[in-house]
Amino acid sequence: MDEHNQKPELYDLLPLTLQGLPLKRRRFLKTSALAGLGALSGTFWAMPANAGEGKKDDRKFIAEAAYYEKLQHKQVRCKLCPRHCVIDDRERGYCGVRENRNGTYYTLVYSRPCTYHVDPIEKKPLFHFLPATLAFSIATAGCNLNCKFCQNWQISQVTPEQVPSIYLPPDGVAEAAKKYHCPSIAYTYNEPTIFFEYMRDTARAGHEQGVKSVVISAAYIEQEPIRELAEEVDAIKVDLKAFSDTYYKDIVRGELKPVLDALVSIKKSGVWNEIVYLVVPTLNDSDQEIKGLVKWINQNLGPDVPIHFTRFYPQYLLKNLPPTPVSTLERCKAIADAEGLHYVYIGNVPGHPAESTYCPHCGKKIITRNGFVVSDIFIVNGRCKFCGTPIPGVWKE
Amino acid sequence: MDRRNFIQKTAAFTGGLLVPKLLTASFPALPAKSRIVISHNASWSRSVGTVDSDSMLKVLDKAIQTYFQVDHVRQGWSKIVRPGEVIGLKVNCLSGHGATHTLLVQAVAERLQQAGIKENDIIVWDRLNSDLEDGGFRINYGKKGLRVFGNDAIGFDPYLQTFGQASSLVTKILTRVVDGVINLPLLKDHSIAGITMSLKNLFGAINNPNKYHLNTGDPYIADVNRLPAIYHKVRFTICDAAQAQYHGGPSFMPQWRWPFGALIVGRDRVAMDYTGWKIIEQKRAKMGFKSLKEEGREPTYISTAADASHALGTNDPQRIDVIRV
Ligand code: SF4
Repeated sequence: MDEHNQKPELYDLLPLTLQGLPLKRRRFLKTSALAGLGALSGTFWAMPANAGEGKKDDRKFIAEAAYYEKLQHKQVRCKLCPRHCVIDDRERGYCGVRENRNGTYYTLVYSRPCTYHVDPIEKKPLFHFLPATLAFSIATAGCNLNCKFCQNWQISQVTPEQVPSIYLPPDGVAEAAKKYHCPSIAYTYNEPTIFFEYMRDTARAGHEQGVKSVVISAAYIEQEPIRELAEEVDAIKVDLKAFSDTYYKDIVRGELKPVLDALVSIKKSGVWNEIVYLVVPTLNDSDQEIKGLVKWINQNLGPDVPIHFTRFYPQYLLKNLPPTPVSTLERCKAIADAEGLHYVYIGNVPGHPAESTYCPHCGKKIITRNGFVVSDIFIVNGRCKFCGTPIPGVWKE
Repeated sequence: MDRRNFIQKTAAFTGGLLVPKLLTASFPALPAKSRIVISHNASWSRSVGTVDSDSMLKVLDKAIQTYFQVDHVRQGWSKIVRPGEVIGLKVNCLSGHGATHTLLVQAVAERLQQAGIKENDIIVWDRLNSDLEDGGFRINYGKKGLRVFGNDAIGFDPYLQTFGQASSLVTKILTRVVDGVINLPLLKDHSIAGITMSLKNLFGAINNPNKYHLNTGDPYIADVNRLPAIYHKVRFTICDAAQAQYHGGPSFMPQWRWPFGALIVGRDRVAMDYTGWKIIEQKRAKMGFKSLKEEGREPTYISTAADASHALGTNDPQRIDVIRV
């Protein structure tokens, strides 16, 4: 199950030692043979509460924002995401984590994660990026969208004061990733665009220590910052929420076009990219919409970009719909296959054959997955072991 | 069986046990015509620096007596609170300078105590402790004196409350601490919502006001006021308009403030905001500024708050009785 919409189980919210891990996860950990991992997980956000971190105590968490302009009368205009919030003195933007203080704009979540976990990279999901490895995953409070199905709304829809957090500067994240045998750091759970400065600097610190960075984002971000980010990180997984303006407006509270523009910029940058499409019954699952989506991907990004059609579970403000029928996901996959996309996956359905990777040339199974567990990899030097066809992705640490 | 009979019979049958506390504690329905009292002080209007505790108490008493049309102030307060209750005072300290006067809070607290509310059962609150401190209040969680603290000190109730487009967590101050709230907002221009007064001040009760500044706050401001905890607990509004701001808000902009010199009080939060909006528009016109509509920020949330689905009050001037004293 991908981490933006999985079954509403609370185990990810609790320290691993208390979780009573589900079987598949336990097996994964066992096969990963990583001693000491059980001790590494921190989530401070079981419920939004008082963090005891008022404005006056937050100096170590603030940094001047990277993308904004100063306006008259101490107003500022944020240029990080397409909202372009205009913010008065002492006020915050839509994301709730950026504040105008006397005419200067600050991020309030620099070095301020409210959760960290060690996750399989398959959970992101990234299927063509160092399979069967772990990602040191962090998130802060806040989001520049408000998806009605958000499974992490307790952190994404709150301000930094409302969730306990720790001080973990970029170097510290990189060190922790190394210590716990994670070849990558993942910026995830909430929308990392809104902690852009922290993410960018952490990616740099990671590279200095030989750790890669992967971004799990809705890509509702302006062109300049996405181009800068693509230079700094090793993979970007984009949650493309739908292929219609109405859905973006009503369900996500965003816009489709800037996301498509960001995808094109990511493609141009050459950074590894995968797409997740959460299929919500009746809202974004029509044949017409899926056909439009896969055609656009093929024409603008090419057939090698993996796309994951993932299963929706009722969450947050969208509890009136059932989980996505598996047959709907299979219908979406069939449409994408017919369009000629090479790597079409079905997600959040553990055990489904479409979790595995197949060589588009010889059709053999080259990565076997079951949930987050990877049992076989038949890719050698980036090629199919059976027929030698190059398989796009990042395969070497 | 008519409705009254049904309710009486049901209450008798259940011994009253099943009647929800919210209903038994809620304020009576709004009357056909909404009364708004603008209680002036001539010297406040002449000079900004003349607000003191004596004049504040006098202006407040005049407002309450006029509003409730009673001979004694205490009779008026007894229509807002009941002895033994815990009462929240929602101030507005967001702009730091120019927050709700501490003198107004003192005056209200004095009258509340005379109406049977214990001093320590009066909770002065806003979004953050630091906002309150910036507004001149001293944080106090102790067992003596007025209690003063922000939402960040106590946190939010974990259950989402939803109405229309708004889904928010509400401060535990409202859901778990107080029996009722007296809203003590300011009268200011607002760069997004047009104006901020009674309705908008309640954004300070939720966890995610940053999500509701789209589309001039419409319908979000009205929706937030219909979240159950807010809708049921806010009983009365006393707007601190000793000084008001007609442009450049909500930030503190001294060049656009003027000594309006009054407290504006009422129960109908929509009528309050409609009245405040007109005051701001008049001042803007007088000072040569465009109307809020011309600036693309007409406070349309006020009419939304008055519509049938929100029914928070009236924005019909024919149904608002503005009394100036
Ligand atoms: S990043 Fe935040 S403050 Fe900036 S434009 Fe987006 S929502 Fe607004």
